[in-house]
Amino acid sequence: MSSRWKKVIAPVAVAAVLVALWHLLTYGAANEPAIAKTRFPTPWEVVLGFKHLLTTRPGEKAPQLVSSTVASVFRVMAGFNLAMLLGIPLGLLMGWYAGTYRALNPLVQLLRPISPIAWIPIAILMFKNDEPRSIFLIFVSTIFPITTAAAAAVQNIPQVYIRSAANFGCDGWSLFKKVVLPASLPQILTGLRLALGVGWIVIVAAEMIAVRSGLGRLIQDARDATGRLDLIVATMITIGAIGIGLDALVRRLENVDQIKWGYAKRG
Amino acid sequence: MRGAQKTFSEPGKPAIEVLSGVDLDVAEHEFVCLLGPSGCGKSTLLNMCAGFESIDGGTIAIDGEPVTGPDPRRVFVFQEYAIFPWMSVWDNIAFGLQGRSDAQRHEIARHYIELVGLEGFERAYPRELSGGMKQRVGVARALAVNPDILYMDEPFGALDSLTRLNLRSQLIQIWRREKKTILFVTHDIDEATQLGQRVVVMSARPARIKTIVDLSGLAYPRDIDSAEYIQARDRLFEEMGVSTRV
Repeated sequence: MSSRWKKVIAPVAVAAVLVALWHLLTYGAANEPAIAKTRFPTPWEVVLGFKHLLTTRPGEKAPQLVSSTVASVFRVMAGFNLAMLLGIPLGLLMGWYAGTYRALNPLVQLLRPISPIAWIPIAILMFKNDEPRSIFLIFVSTIFPITTAAAAAVQNIPQVYIRSAANFGCDGWSLFKKVVLPASLPQILTGLRLALGVGWIVIVAAEMIAVRSGLGRLIQDARDATGRLDLIVATMITIGAIGIGLDALVRRLENVDQIKWGYAKRG
Repeated sequence: MRGAQKTFSEPGKPAIEVLSGVDLDVAEHEFVCLLGPSGCGKSTLLNMCAGFESIDGGTIAIDGEPVTGPDPRRVFVFQEYAIFPWMSVWDNIAFGLQGRSDAQRHEIARHYIELVGLEGFERAYPRELSGGMKQRVGVARALAVNPDILYMDEPFGALDSLTRLNLRSQLIQIWRREKKTILFVTHDIDEATQLGQRVVVMSARPARIKTIVDLSGLAYPRDIDSAEYIQARDRLFEEMGVSTRV
């Protein structure tokens, strides 16, 4: 059997078993109207839920699931990019200059463990509109892990690299561009992956509480308006799948020659 | 460079005395091995010569000029592979050639890639190379800037014994052709006997010079089966206080 098949066969088998189990556990109650509103949907009902969410309703430009996904992904990307733009340079500075680190690190470490959810009331009070609100929330939830990763990456650069560079008369901007930045990229990238994962988790919570559109809002609406668990489960599966997609996007960078060296070989 | 002089004297750091009053003169184009037990402070001494570590007492001078910091005229080859893993073999070897024209860089890099036998690997990245090849990149990168002095800190320490033997004979060939001054730190008695014109035997910490063994009588390439070689090696075993029987 080719190794390609080996990689696929186990997870597919597990998924098949789980879906079968799910079907067996939920199918029995499917015809009982008395508990129909609160019972868990069968796999097939979730498929129908997807169909419902992917049907364009009159008066709308795109199906709900598509427009909600676009809204959520856009907010995460906007907030995450802003956080990278500020967090990476800040982290690099903190990693390189001990004084900057001493001055700023306590602040970063104080803000980092605050749950992004705790920022939601502030976001609601500070921003009237959905977009700035959610972008702000993603920004505050991703900038601290990014900054911390970038600072740690620079601090962990093996001394021999810096000494070698110094030996060849490489300093200033050239040292940064040719040695410090490339030496810290793999670890920064790992930080970005983690931060993007956090951002994707936070956007759903933010939209459920503070925003009037997006995947989080779709779940909340399914609960409030229709009470349809099939739509909720379908949306949750979508959230998981997009999460994998976003992670895969960042992981593609790990295969670039200038970055690949920083990761142990994977089987 | 004429009659390069170095004088060390190191009265010691406040906490741990790593080197105590080391005096040594090294001549131009000389190959000198610093031999001592692991952790004795010989690497520290080499790092001070290179300007990576401060000198806390006494002076280290090259051509009468005190060492104040790293300088491309004196290049360090590290035990760990200090070549940059994010750069190709070519870019690593050309790293020290920033100020030169593209044509010059190209010519020099090509020359040293050939010298260390890495033709065909120019576009390869360090992770695709064996340990011995990586260290050859390190040596080529150092030679490319045409330094007067090479500081080598157990450069072959992490390699298997066959590769080590091979690289030592290549190093001797390169040294004789390129006329460099080499200061080579090792804890391997055979390595010191094979390489050095003089072997400086250091004591355990705090390091001082126990004795200097002159091997300039042994012609290169050295025959490691010859009676003279074995005699010289046994002398070093004795100076190191190690038995020649296992």
